[in-house]
Amino acid sequence: MPIIDDLQHVLPELFLAVMAMALLIYGVFNGNKVTGLALKVAVGVLLLTAAIMFGFAPNALSYSFGNMLVHDSYALFFKALILTGSVGALAISRRYLEYANISRFEYPVLVLLATLGMFIMVSANSMLSLYMGLELQSLSLYILAAIQRDNARSSEAGLKYFVLGALSSGMLLFGISLIYGYTGALDFDSIAVAASGLDKVNGAVVGMVLVLAAMAFKISAAPFHIWAPDVYEGAPTSVTAFFAAVPKIAAFGLLLRLLYEPFGTLAQDWGQIIYAVSALSMIIGSFAALTQNNIKRLLAFSSIGHVGFALLALCTGLAIGLSATVAYLVIYMIMTLGVFAVILCLNADGKMITNIDDMAGLAKTSPVLSYVLAILMFSMAGIPPMAGFFAKLYVFQAAIEGGAIYLAIIGVLCSVVSAYYYLRIIKVMFFDEGDIKLKQDFGLGRPIVMTLSSVFVLLYIISPEFLLTLVRHSIAPLILYG
Amino acid sequence: MGEFPILSVLTFLPLLGVLFLILIRGSEALSARNAKYTALFVSICNAVLAGVLLCNFDAGTADFQFVEEHVWFPAFGLTYKLGVDGISLFFVVLSAWLTPVCVLASWTSIKKNVKDYMIAFLVLETLMIGTFLALDLFLFYIFFEAVLIPMFIIIGVWGGQRRVYSAFKFFLYTLLGSVLMLVAMLFIFFEAGSSDIPTLFEHVFNSDIQKWLWLAFFASFAVKMPMFPVHTWLPDAHVEAPTAGSVILAGVLLKMGGYGFLRFSVPMFPDATQYFMPLIFALSVVAIIYTSLIALVQKDMKKLIAYSSVAHMGYVTLGIFALNLQGVQGAIFQMISHGVVSAALFLCVGVVYDRLHTRDIERYGGLVKNMPHYAVVFMIFMLASVGLPGTSGFVGEFLVLIGTYQVSTWVALFAATGLIVGAPYMLWLYRKTVFGPQGNKDAAALKDISWRERVILIPMAAIVIFLGVFPNVILEKTEASAAHLITQYEGKLNAYN
Repeated sequence: MPIIDDLQHVLPELFLAVMAMALLIYGVFNGNKVTGLALKVAVGVLLLTAAIMFGFAPNALSYSFGNMLVHDSYALFFKALILTGSVGALAISRRYLEYANISRFEYPVLVLLATLGMFIMVSANSMLSLYMGLELQSLSLYILAAIQRDNARSSEAGLKYFVLGALSSGMLLFGISLIYGYTGALDFDSIAVAASGLDKVNGAVVGMVLVLAAMAFKISAAPFHIWAPDVYEGAPTSVTAFFAAVPKIAAFGLLLRLLYEPFGTLAQDWGQIIYAVSALSMIIGSFAALTQNNIKRLLAFSSIGHVGFALLALCTGLAIGLSATVAYLVIYMIMTLGVFAVILCLNADGKMITNIDDMAGLAKTSPVLSYVLAILMFSMAGIPPMAGFFAKLYVFQAAIEGGAIYLAIIGVLCSVVSAYYYLRIIKVMFFDEGDIKLKQDFGLGRPIVMTLSSVFVLLYIISPEFLLTLVRHSIAPLILYG
Repeated sequence: MGEFPILSVLTFLPLLGVLFLILIRGSEALSARNAKYTALFVSICNAVLAGVLLCNFDAGTADFQFVEEHVWFPAFGLTYKLGVDGISLFFVVLSAWLTPVCVLASWTSIKKNVKDYMIAFLVLETLMIGTFLALDLFLFYIFFEAVLIPMFIIIGVWGGQRRVYSAFKFFLYTLLGSVLMLVAMLFIFFEAGSSDIPTLFEHVFNSDIQKWLWLAFFASFAVKMPMFPVHTWLPDAHVEAPTAGSVILAGVLLKMGGYGFLRFSVPMFPDATQYFMPLIFALSVVAIIYTSLIALVQKDMKKLIAYSSVAHMGYVTLGIFALNLQGVQGAIFQMISHGVVSAALFLCVGVVYDRLHTRDIERYGGLVKNMPHYAVVFMIFMLASVGLPGTSGFVGEFLVLIGTYQVSTWVALFAATGLIVGAPYMLWLYRKTVFGPQGNKDAAALKDISWRERVILIPMAAIVIFLGVFPNVILEKTEASAAHLITQYEGKLNAYN
């Protein structure tokens, strides 16, 4: 029975969907008082999904549902990343949800559904499954952004995200229809075959540009980044943590597959787009963040900058660029989770600190927290010997090897500018006088996440080889096309 | 020594000390006391180890010695490779010997977060020694740039009034210089296929590419050195840093620039070195004369010494780019001598600053009456800074001038003029503070240097005089490497075809 075969392939997704539904039903009957339990169950579900995923991983490249989904080491790697990110984001959010009075059982359910959507995204092998996964993820995220519904900023964030997200979905669909019209294909392999026979200026290329624009929106790359600062600022902080760490990774996973599989032969064309998008993102990410006082807004701009750095390696279209980008993303995700774990701890007298200047003197009252944040900030700034330095080293090397030396120079200069605002956070914590008292019950999730994150960042230098080998192994299927 | 990995131990022993420091618990006073003794013990062990290295160093060869090589990151061509030659030897020794001095100098003057302070210094020691020992481009870069982190914290947390401004200026200035070097290093790696420094010595780059690479490295080293006109971060950083921070900054961090020129710019890009030689000469001469004149009008003791450092570093760049044996030897000697002398001068300022909490020259006067011992050691360092024969300051400047004279009479003439304008401000500083009328009662009541301060200052004074009388102690150990550097440079000049 082919359908049984297909279902076997999507066992993790199936499990995730069923459990999300079950959790939803359980929540509906028991109300918001079970949120704490639901969060724990959700973490358990994600961990079990990981077990199932690795336990039943197909040995070789395989397709299911008539080439709609592909199961390869690349998808597996990104799914593992997404699961790590989701678990981390859930682990650091419980206390905050209680504090912000948004302890709703829908929260973990929506995270699970978003994770499911991301699974489909990174496994997509056709424009249809791509769109399905992307929308499942996006719709869950829109609701998550607005989950604090009695707060105007949160509602605004949700609405803004939704409207602009809908716009980008429109662009995506328009692009897909153009591609379909000119190549007659929806699945990636056929598009790749058709694209290789194209004469250069063609509706399909226009379609590709539209698809890339939509993807740039999802990864919040300039000039499609306008939504990010508002949404990051308005959404509840734990949701922001999830936004910054996970969906971005998934969208990147999808983008990379698009670039190297269906559009692999058009590398000349998309290389220029990535070049411009990367340069703009780095510049906007570093300069616009200079004047931000709200730490969430600042991190929004910083994440735009990081996206620019991650794209830096891609403009060359080489395999080394691909592995550099993926390694960058892994390190970025781990750093981001750690930073948000710290930020979610900044609860002074029952009020969350959002202004950077209010963190003055944190080093005196909470030295461990400050050291963790300082390590992560140095890492984000790309100062050796932290992991962030190696991330930047990979992408710069890829850019230079591909001949994009000017972009690399723009990149290093932007990294100096961005160092200023990362240092500013350290300065406020360590150099300024102040006496803020934090609420000391950090729970379990946040300390674990921030410890793992900072230890990773500090000790990465011992074996920088490890991650790169893993990444190179996992991206092998994409290189075959490229 | 056999298989004993002395260089790795030398590099990472302080880091081991940091682990112990982190584990220190207890009340503030107790943990501060334990932290001080732990840091002192660890740094003295390292200093002894550096002495062992010095004794076992074979002066007869220009090759790298005690080389350790381990596979670290093959996908990137990165190896963990350490080694020492005549050029790096004394910088390593200097770093290792100045750290216990810094710990001692901070014994009473640092009152808050003593544990963190000692951690910062030990981390700094690891990174400094690593910078001088690294034989892999990227390993060097990692150490070189990571130095910014502890120094930023030291200036920012334990510094003076305008510490935040100075810390940022220091960090961003230096970072801007070094990221360009990173791009150049990645390009070298791409071009030559290796990041191993001895291998890169064999590689010949196209002379146009050389110029760009040279400029990128120059951006980094010129800021670090610091050369005119990118020296402005130095006075700020010196003034605001705590005494020990200034000591390390003047004693070791500035030398990373000169070391970088000797290790990378000259042997790897000889054509570009020759091409840019006039630029370096011009900037050096301007630095020598201009900053000496600026130093004349300073009211702040630390600022005065900071500007004098820029002038002294001008001699170093002159010597390096004169590219003959005397010049290079003189540059190395000048760096070592300056490392001791300027460090000691900052310590001398620290001595009176700890007592009166001002660095304003006008506030002092007639210290010779109440602080006779202080007046003597201060005089030795002051005269060494001026370059009096018989002190270490003379040897370096003299050799540099001999070297420069062979290349260009005019440059040597201007540089020698610098010697004259270099003398008045130090003499003036000394006359104002040590002689002169005792204008202020509190300054007249200052106590002479304590037992702890003597332990720091007297050996340094002895070293200054010893090196002035027996410069060969250093010169014979650096000679082989310096001569090798010149041969390398001349051999590769115009070698690209």
